[in-house]
Amino acid sequence: MIPFEPIRLFAFGGFNVPIVISLLIIGGGMLWLLIRSLKAKEVDRRIVFVFIFAAVSAPLLFEITFDETATPIVKGVFEKIENMPERSRIVIAFDFDPAMAPEVQPMANAVIRHALAKNHRLIFISLWATGQALMDKTISEIIPAEFPQKQDGIDYVSLGYKAGNEGVLNVIVSNVKKMFPTDVNGVPLTDIAIFNGVRSMKDVDMVMAVGGGKPGPKEWVLFVGDAPGGPPVAVGVAAVVAPQMYPYYPKQVLGILGGIKGAAEYESELLHNYPRFAEQDTPGLRMMGPQTLAHVVIMAFIIFGNLAFFIGGRHKEKRL
Amino acid sequence: MDISNFLAAVLTLGIFSFLYKDNPVYRACEAIFVGVSAGYWAIVFFFDNLQKKFWEGVFPPDGSAGDHLLWFGAILGVLMLFRLSSKIGWIARWPLAFIVGATAGLYMITYFVSNAMNQVADTMLSLIVVNDVTGSIIWTQTIGALVVAVGVISGLVYFFFSKEHKGVFGATAKVGIWFLMITFGASFGYTVMSRMSLLIGRMSFLFRDWLGLIG
Repeated sequence: MIPFEPIRLFAFGGFNVPIVISLLIIGGGMLWLLIRSLKAKEVDRRIVFVFIFAAVSAPLLFEITFDETATPIVKGVFEKIENMPERSRIVIAFDFDPAMAPEVQPMANAVIRHALAKNHRLIFISLWATGQALMDKTISEIIPAEFPQKQDGIDYVSLGYKAGNEGVLNVIVSNVKKMFPTDVNGVPLTDIAIFNGVRSMKDVDMVMAVGGGKPGPKEWVLFVGDAPGGPPVAVGVAAVVAPQMYPYYPKQVLGILGGIKGAAEYESELLHNYPRFAEQDTPGLRMMGPQTLAHVVIMAFIIFGNLAFFIGGRHKEKRL
Repeated sequence: MDISNFLAAVLTLGIFSFLYKDNPVYRACEAIFVGVSAGYWAIVFFFDNLQKKFWEGVFPPDGSAGDHLLWFGAILGVLMLFRLSSKIGWIARWPLAFIVGATAGLYMITYFVSNAMNQVADTMLSLIVVNDVTGSIIWTQTIGALVVAVGVISGLVYFFFSKEHKGVFGATAKVGIWFLMITFGASFGYTVMSRMSLLIGRMSFLFRDWLGLIG
């Protein structure tokens, strides 16, 4: 486990050796590339890949992390879960697959930890066939180890995957049992304590939709959150989808966890408010080191390309 | 060594090898991925749709009355297979027409409410946001509201092609282009972040789960 510590260029009165080595290697190479670009020499695309590899590997190997502060759009989700009365029912939708998991799984983990620490009740559901396996893995890895007192059916329940895409949402917004007569273990919903008094999705207190494809968080907003009497919906989405969700904030969604940055901000807020989770893995924060360095490298390439274009006089060349 | 981790690592490196150049190892890994995905989805659809939804719906295991409306869906599903025939492939257009019609109907009201009415309402913000207690202007929110107003109006003007983009109208359209460019830039930035996250996930797997280089 990586303890949560922000990285500093100057640590303990001297240089932080790992980050200085990383910066020297990457910076030196970038300088060489800049000179080469200005001389109008072609740069093989594989050189670009090597730099991205170095920018991602170095922070991973040296375990470089950055401090994150939750922005209002992330804080909105955190504060909703924090301020809801105990035993509130939260639906957690796992609408993603293993390919998307590195980005959105950290969000799901952080929200589950937070909600269970606040003694809320969780209802897990998936509209993706690949989501159920990830959901089962998450439940079995987090709940027995970190919340051993929580009981299936009383504190949390998994409804599993249901085929039908947004058609499922269109039904459960008025009748959950019609689409999910039993939970994932075959127990009738009528025998599950969490569902006492719950007829439809309108009877739950919040939906946290995690995903990034279709059906996914957007469909939860359209079919459930925006339905008359629908519950408040928060979303955790892959970064590629985040811009599509922004127009719904703040009236139609409580908050957005956009990509790994959103996950890191939520983890940071959780760690600051719940020191008991300091020993848990924080993949969002861990991934922000390589993420930041890779972005710096990409930005540098964009600048180099433009410098070479303008200083090299290629902008004056006639084009068809 | 965990054999599943080893296999996953070999396949990951095989896919990465494409970055150097196309090669048989990459193509083998790609074929394995496509084959495994197809097999996985075939099994999932068989058990979740055909068995659980259709078969157990028509003939419930507890002996209760079945839902015979499901036969309608099953027949449409069979009709879809007719497209494999060049002579009577046109029959497959019927279930497709049903799917298109049903989806359009399902989304029509939802989109109208969420993406039209609610979005219009959300855009109509007070241009000057004042703190109710102190009476002072909240500048951050005021600037945000102004940006939304200018962005929406100029963006709409840009897409209005019935009048030539000249003078004040043309200048407003140019502002609209700037808003669109910034939006595309933000989208591109988010896409880069998304793709980088996937790369970091794989690299993290290689260094941590496979090689054990990091804790």
